[in-house]
Amino acid sequence: MAGALRLAALRLPQIALTLLLLSLAAWFAIGLMPGDPVSLALVSDPRLTAEDAARLRALHGLDQPLLTRYLAWGAGVLRGEFGYSRLFAQPVGAVLWPALRATLALVGAAVALAALLGVALGGLAARRPRAAPLVQAAALLGQAVPSFWLGILLVILFAVTLGWLPAGGLPEPGQSALPFLVLPVATIAFGHMAAYARHAATALRAELARPHITAARARGNGEGRILWRHALPNAAVPLLTLLALDAGALVSGALVTETLFARPGMGKLLYDAVMGNDYNLALLALLLVALVTMLATLAADLAQAWIDPRIGEGR
Amino acid sequence: MTRLRLGLLLLGLLALAALAAPWLGAALGRDAFTPDLFARYAPPGGDFPLGADELGRDLLLRLAYGARVSLGVGLAAALAASLLGTGIGLLAAWRGGWVDAVLMRLADGLLALPALPILVLLAAMDPAKLGLPRGEALTDILRIVAILVLFGWVGVARLARAAALSLLAQDYIRAARALGVSEARLLWRHVLPGLRAPVAVACALSVAGAILAESVLSFLGLGIQPPAPSWGNMLANAQEAVFAAPLAAVWPGLAILAAVAGCALVADGVARERDR
Repeated sequence: MAGALRLAALRLPQIALTLLLLSLAAWFAIGLMPGDPVSLALVSDPRLTAEDAARLRALHGLDQPLLTRYLAWGAGVLRGEFGYSRLFAQPVGAVLWPALRATLALVGAAVALAALLGVALGGLAARRPRAAPLVQAAALLGQAVPSFWLGILLVILFAVTLGWLPAGGLPEPGQSALPFLVLPVATIAFGHMAAYARHAATALRAELARPHITAARARGNGEGRILWRHALPNAAVPLLTLLALDAGALVSGALVTETLFARPGMGKLLYDAVMGNDYNLALLALLLVALVTMLATLAADLAQAWIDPRIGEGR
Repeated sequence: MTRLRLGLLLLGLLALAALAAPWLGAALGRDAFTPDLFARYAPPGGDFPLGADELGRDLLLRLAYGARVSLGVGLAAALAASLLGTGIGLLAAWRGGWVDAVLMRLADGLLALPALPILVLLAAMDPAKLGLPRGEALTDILRIVAILVLFGWVGVARLARAAALSLLAQDYIRAARALGVSEARLLWRHVLPGLRAPVAVACALSVAGAILAESVLSFLGLGIQPPAPSWGNMLANAQEAVFAAPLAAVWPGLAILAAVAGCALVADGVARERDR
């Protein structure tokens, strides 16, 4: 427990610093994007004159240097003032939270499915050496298939050809949400499942060769019990490392998948905000996504330290 | 060895298709850019080996030209990232101390962040504000390569640093120092050659990563802009036409799959070769 606390105390300041640097870098990158809000207003209303534009810029502080604007914006965010989203004409907070919930549900379901199936496949490969090359080939395939292509293929097969599942979007009120989740979850889960299967097979095989397994076998334990009760807990540590490293990739996968299936969520929100020149929303969405990713990584590391107390001690 | 060969074979075939694209066009008697509205969504077979897209352009031909863009971006980004990463990893291992700490915390920070959301933000930047021309295929390619290198060096740098640290602790390095070899020559002649295998593995993997990232960005409309074909923007077009021509979505994805699997096989093969 002490190790876990020390780990958290070490990592939280790192996370804060990373967010600070990211916000600064993104702020200047956004300064290089086409069109500030006033020039967009000019395009949509031809009656505005150059003087109007200058006055609007001064009113909103857009004539100030980038750094001054950053400091003002940062102070506002720290006070909890996230500002408005121009694209959705709502406070940013009201847009962000439902999107975050939707993405967490999508990614959570995908990770759970990928981990369950991956570990089951890995166990199969470890128990039956003949199945191992198959699992390996499937893992290679799963990691090489671009997830957005897989999503398109799934739509073609299940939505266009067979018509079993919706091609995207959200359920109407009263409809079941489950069919709308199946294809997006499968799209995200497939690649990760392949990775988990490969690593679970390696870890379980190494574990099954150790003396405590022989001892358990000598005591008359069944093979299934040996695999799941005696080998898996030890093999779970490298799998949790993989899970911790995966948080960023999962969020990236959610961006593509949500865009592809037109599902509202953090990824689609960020993409829409970038495409719609809604920079305040884009920046805050990016920071929130980064924060959640790093916290998820930390959580996986903490779980590792809890399973294997040696890990927290060394750092 | 078989993995290495299979991977090289896959990549070689794709590279051959990329190089032979103009001759392929001559053999088919058309080019990859001119629309032919009478041939929209032509089915595979006959005049069009793999069918035609929404503007009646030959899909096989566009795949071959797309290979030039996709493989080119992947190779250029991976080579640049490997050079930068090797340099940074070597510097961190050699200097140690605060240089090492700063560089590796930077790497950790980049690795902990979700890459694609940041890439999307960066790809939407306006190159014109940096004084670069907008909308030309070559600037598009350079822009994407630069963005991918920003993240790509991290993996190479970590591997290069770990390998360089273990090499720098060896006795022959102490012997070379005792003989009065200069530090620059020490790194160049005695450390760098030992990094070849880990950097080659990391480079092969980052080619795969770069090809995937480019295809995702182009798919989202932020990468290579039409009319220049890339596997990613071909998929974006095909996705809009899944009802009219579902097969058009299959080929570009297969090409990406082959390229990425080829790179992974090469990386795996090189790693096994070294461990033997």
